[in-house]
Amino acid sequence: MQTLFCQPAGGPSLFSAEGFVGLVFLITVGLIIAGAVVATTSRRLVRCVAGLALAFTGVAGLYYFLLSPFVAMMQMLIYVGAVSILIAFAIMMADPEDHTGRGRTGALASPIGAAVGAFLFVALAYLGVKTEWQAFPRQGTGDMEAVGKAFLTTYSLVFELISIVLLLAIIGALVLARRGRSRA
Amino acid sequence: METSIWRPILFLVGIMAFAGVNAAWLGWCERKGAGHIQRRIGPKEVGPYGLWQPLADGIKLMTKQLLVPQGVDGILFRVAPVLMMIPAITSMVAIPFSEGLQARAIDLSVLLIFALASIGMMAILLGGWASNNKYSLISAARSVSQNIAYEIPMLITVITIVMVSGSMNMEEIAKDQMGGFWHWNIFRVENGTFLYMWISFLIFFICSVAETNRAPFDMAEAESELVAGHMTEYSSMGFGLFMMGEYLNIVVGACLTTVLFLGGWDCPLGLLPGVWWFLLKIYILIFSFIWIRWTYPRTQIYKLLNLSWKVLIPFSLVNLLVTAVFLKVF
Repeated sequence: MQTLFCQPAGGPSLFSAEGFVGLVFLITVGLIIAGAVVATTSRRLVRCVAGLALAFTGVAGLYYFLLSPFVAMMQMLIYVGAVSILIAFAIMMADPEDHTGRGRTGALASPIGAAVGAFLFVALAYLGVKTEWQAFPRQGTGDMEAVGKAFLTTYSLVFELISIVLLLAIIGALVLARRGRSRA
Repeated sequence: METSIWRPILFLVGIMAFAGVNAAWLGWCERKGAGHIQRRIGPKEVGPYGLWQPLADGIKLMTKQLLVPQGVDGILFRVAPVLMMIPAITSMVAIPFSEGLQARAIDLSVLLIFALASIGMMAILLGGWASNNKYSLISAARSVSQNIAYEIPMLITVITIVMVSGSMNMEEIAKDQMGGFWHWNIFRVENGTFLYMWISFLIFFICSVAETNRAPFDMAEAESELVAGHMTEYSSMGFGLFMMGEYLNIVVGACLTTVLFLGGWDCPLGLLPGVWWFLLKIYILIFSFIWIRWTYPRTQIYKLLNLSWKVLIPFSLVNLLVTAVFLKVF
């Protein structure tokens, strides 16, 4: 499997293994782009969240292509399964359907926005095409054991800090919820 | 790994057939079970013992019009039932039905099944919201809060299993329990210490009943309060797909319980291990799902959430700690 992904063959046929993998890769990228477009252009917020979930699914596919199935599955479990659903849940509870107005728009807003967007696109595309990408040697096996060991040895400080941030978030949510309850 | 093209094709056909047969005939099983528990006969007209009832139901559902009411969100309304089926069928790829009888030997198969199961929740949420119906919306909100609440103790319990077995590969977890029921994870003895894994089993089983939205936890489609919950606006096969997805989720849940706790394809007495034992175990579990559904009344949403946050999560955390202590100290 490893050699399958790492050696780009010069124009493989669609029905060979490499061609099929390439097709799956294109589908993955297509999912990300389609999801991102839906998430940014849709007028209905729940549709935006659905697009976001689609994009997250595609990103999970990219992680899988980077030979890191553990991260791919955690991406699915956390971002698609928890984050998107919580966002959708919050939107449904808050019911902001009335505020679908476009906000402040001036006459200059769309041309300037289009120009900046085009500039960014061209610049990033130029960078992406012109840079001589170096294949980074694979580090570790990317399996759960390696990730766990890295968390509790090399990156233990970062791991603890993230835990503290999450703990603070939980306490903050509890405080907010409590305050709402006493007022009611 | 085999390079033959026939292996994936055979597994694809086999899994689709398994999923289809289960999705269709579990409905019959449920109606028969419900009938007998309520001192009725259940379906009896179509075929012997009503066995062809699912075919008649299928023809009825497929010939009906797929109504898309005014005011619904067209795309999401149509996508949601499909989204319910996809993860349920896909997760069967990772289930080891017997030694070597696993479509894809994924190293993290337990994690894969949980990752896919969370998409099914998205389907209920989107379907309920897209229906533009207050009952459906309430149902979607309920099922999301319920699923999030019960996923946490379920995953914590799975961590105890992973700690005990030392693997997230379902085939290895199953192989670890071969040789009679006293080797199964539910009666696990490690270094001469009985690990009380039946507590984990109980928590896991309660959570899987809740995760599959089954009574007594079927708050999402509480007929007496919410008409049919997220399925209210769906007609014909849209409704059919939701029902089939629900049954397939039950099958996947039963398979997961069997592999994690009940020894997979192992015989209780160590004789003739094989796929038949696996099927026997999952159907016993599925029957117990049906049995529970038609025996206990529905709870309330508050009690349901309290049960998870105030009872199951603390219990599963303590269980995790105690298991870790037993594994390391004794």
